[in-house]
Amino acid sequence: MTADNAIILGLVVPLAVAVLTPVFGSRPDIRDILGPLGGIVSFYAAMTVALAVLNGETPEWFILSISEGLNFSFKVTPLGAVFGLVASGLWIMAAIYSVGYMRGNNEANQTRFNAFYAIAVHAALAIAWSGNLLMLFIFYEVLTFSTYPLVIHKQTKDAMRAGRLYMGILVGTSLMLLLPAVIWVWIATGSLDFVPGGILAGKIDPSYVPWMLALFAFGVGKSALMPIHRWLPAAMVAPTPVSALLHAVAVVKAGVFTMLMVVVYIFGYDFLSLTGGSVWLIWLASFTILASSVIAIQKDDIKARLAYSTISQLSYIVLGAALANELAAKGAALHIVMHASAKITLFFCAGAIYVSAHLNKVSQLNGLGYRMPLIFIAFFLASLSIIGIPPLGGSWSKFLLMAGAADNAMIMVIIVLAVSSLMNVWYLLEPVIRGFYLSEKTPVDVAKLPLVVIPPVLTAILCIVLFFAPWPFLPLINMMVMP
Amino acid sequence: MIEWMLHLPGIIVVIPLVMAIIVALLPSRLGWLGAVIGSGLSFWAAIILALHMLEANAMTRISYFLGGWPPPWGIEFAVDHATALVILTITALGFLSTMSGNALIFKDIHDDDKGRFFAAWLLTLGGLLGLVMTADAFNLFVFFEISSLASVTLVAMGSGRDKRALVAAFNYLVIGAIGATFYVIGVGFCYAMTGTLNMVDMASRLPDVANPIPVYIGLAFMVSGVMVKAAIFPVHIWLPPSYGFAPMAVTSLLAAIATKASLYVLIRILMTIFGGIADIPLLIMQWVLMPLALMAILLGTILAIYEKDAKFMLAHSSVAQIGYIVLGFGVATLAGVQSGFIHIANHAMIKGGMFIGLGGLAMAVAGKTDFSNLAGLGRRMPLTSSGFLICGLSLIGVPLTAGFISKFYLVSAIISAGYWQIAAIVLLSSALSVIYLWRLVETLWFSPVTDVETRLPEQPMIYIPLWLLAGANIWLGIDAGLITGLAKMASITLFGGIS
Repeated sequence: MTADNAIILGLVVPLAVAVLTPVFGSRPDIRDILGPLGGIVSFYAAMTVALAVLNGETPEWFILSISEGLNFSFKVTPLGAVFGLVASGLWIMAAIYSVGYMRGNNEANQTRFNAFYAIAVHAALAIAWSGNLLMLFIFYEVLTFSTYPLVIHKQTKDAMRAGRLYMGILVGTSLMLLLPAVIWVWIATGSLDFVPGGILAGKIDPSYVPWMLALFAFGVGKSALMPIHRWLPAAMVAPTPVSALLHAVAVVKAGVFTMLMVVVYIFGYDFLSLTGGSVWLIWLASFTILASSVIAIQKDDIKARLAYSTISQLSYIVLGAALANELAAKGAALHIVMHASAKITLFFCAGAIYVSAHLNKVSQLNGLGYRMPLIFIAFFLASLSIIGIPPLGGSWSKFLLMAGAADNAMIMVIIVLAVSSLMNVWYLLEPVIRGFYLSEKTPVDVAKLPLVVIPPVLTAILCIVLFFAPWPFLPLINMMVMP
Repeated sequence: MIEWMLHLPGIIVVIPLVMAIIVALLPSRLGWLGAVIGSGLSFWAAIILALHMLEANAMTRISYFLGGWPPPWGIEFAVDHATALVILTITALGFLSTMSGNALIFKDIHDDDKGRFFAAWLLTLGGLLGLVMTADAFNLFVFFEISSLASVTLVAMGSGRDKRALVAAFNYLVIGAIGATFYVIGVGFCYAMTGTLNMVDMASRLPDVANPIPVYIGLAFMVSGVMVKAAIFPVHIWLPPSYGFAPMAVTSLLAAIATKASLYVLIRILMTIFGGIADIPLLIMQWVLMPLALMAILLGTILAIYEKDAKFMLAHSSVAQIGYIVLGFGVATLAGVQSGFIHIANHAMIKGGMFIGLGGLAMAVAGKTDFSNLAGLGRRMPLTSSGFLICGLSLIGVPLTAGFISKFYLVSAIISAGYWQIAAIVLLSSALSVIYLWRLVETLWFSPVTDVETRLPEQPMIYIPLWLLAGANIWLGIDAGLITGLAKMASITLFGGIS
């Protein structure tokens, strides 16, 4: 199969899953196999695309021309290939997990859930492979709207309130800030294409650069930079498969991916660091990293703690973009992969604990480690990866980010990263320590549900594999920074 | 151009008017059929005309002399790209809302009255088409009156359900009559100074008028008169009650097309008739229309947010949406006027679809449209409600819908012209509009339902036109070239061919 066709396959399959799911709504077994199958096919397509990019090709799917110099088309950049692999690969795991979780919990409206889940993955892949900034914006919005029914899945008062906050912040910021930013780029340069080295150099007065970057940084609400992070903890009312794939991988990574694309292919990090337009963002991202870690420590609800941890980790990537040099950009791009595989494991574990033991607080986990050893070991490994300890994948990206900060001679940023790692140890290892070293208070029944145990074990193993063999991510990321 | 096609401008207007008379004479049960045939033929003729104009260059102007009398003695119908786009929009929406008309009437109109009802319906349509087509300033007034009187009749027919429809219709009549009178007074001034009623003649003679004061007064009267008809803030007050209390079928027709024709007339007056006079029309656009449009956008959006009845909510939203169109015109650049025309077409598709969809949903709950009655209908009437939702997403400008194209072009035009603050207000209000649509979405789909959830019967004659419009919203949101291309040519034409 050619890479051009692989784009079509990868984008159409999730849509087909979404369409077929209601068709088989009355036959749950067939309906539920669609998701994992779709994930496998999409991942195969994403791999084909990534290999083609590695070969120096530019896979493209041209659909139609919107106006001169602006096409409705998909065109894969190296960074896009990375995100495409992450989104489709983890979809396989999440789809399997989701079946176990939703059935184990006897959730209502599973058909609707599965259909919108697939649409969200479609939107994430379309974002990854979008051919220009307008396409990226379009599918950014599609992703927001398709995840709304997932966030309010329980349809309780709390869920509806969270849904309003979710829509309010994500749609509000993207309409009011991101859209004018896109139009500004369009008016200033007459192009929205992703070009290595950027398109803005020489086209815009350097004194406007911080303002334009601010429109992007706050317009991309999905990257959860403070103070527009509130939607992410709110979205945790959704069932855990949503939190795992969407609010640890697809949605939030789409946000930071957008920021990275903008910095690398629209501004160009050389232009950005030359103008110094991103210095303020370095400090804001650093603040977000530390502040959300402090909040995470105080949260007793496992998912809330993980949500604040995600906010902190997303700001690593924003920080990498804002540092605006080659090493930091590579670190940020690699962190998309590493954090995705680790954080999805953590959410899988949190959901597995909830669905098998009906516990959702950190303080309730005493002694549970021996009852669910695989889950707690997976949680432990993923935590180590996020903290950045070898031999786990997360150590590479953290290393590159620190090297990037050193490249800019910013000692403070290195200190921020180090302190944040210490706080990670505190709030991520507490559940593990309680699980293994404290004794159980009141015995609970633990159900055996293999479908929610296997995926986190596999993704935890992936975290280790990514340390020894970060292929094909590392070569792709090297291609991203090549002129 | 083939010989018979030269008659198209006449045919498009005359068919609905003639059918109106025929329908009034036929038995009542044939009324709807006659209306569908009349509006359908007109739509078909408009398609041929638009296809021809798509291939023609920006300076093409087809003129048609009624009765073979050339101007300045006879009445001239003229078609350029701007006309073709608006005519296509009006006939398309006229046809689709006529299609759903019979089903949407529900119990609002007695069977015996249907003949006369659809006669008034066709007169409204024909009047609005004539309004757009005519190149004669006084003839335009005549069409104003035809369409107003007919549509007031239609609004008043809502009195079967709610007597307040009569008050709304009366206000509509009086305010509309004042608007028309203002317009005709303005025409009088200009006629006195130029001695002609033909728009092109008038345009060529106006710059040479020795004493410009009466011309300015005429301009002021004409513009304020048309503003009433186009429901531009602050003379929009007739619109929400009229749309709200009219029968649902009537609302779907009027909301889609009634104000669009007047908006077209407004830009025609400013740019064609008075285009030759330096600066004054430009000043009106930038210093009168633009501020009023911003007020309309904010006020309409905020009132819509606090409205408890979906039908009134959409009516308030129409005030805001008209504001977007006028704002585009007010920017007074090539891109600005283009964005105005794009939104004329797109908003017609959006609001037409939304009112047809809302009517379909309301029929399941005895025609009531307040939020408490609509709760949970989304799940029970999936075809109607999903079509309605697509048009709604287009209303707030979600990407991949026509509404996004409108917004993209409008904001681009505003930013290119350097009005940063205005772009911020537009984007703010478009974000606010998410709130009122989302209240509806939550009500329709995600509200707890008390009684057993069963599928409710859905009318094919409602969901077929609705889905045609929803499909058009998506299609023209992706492949927007048809609308944006015609609108660009329209804008170039209005600027006198300078691109």
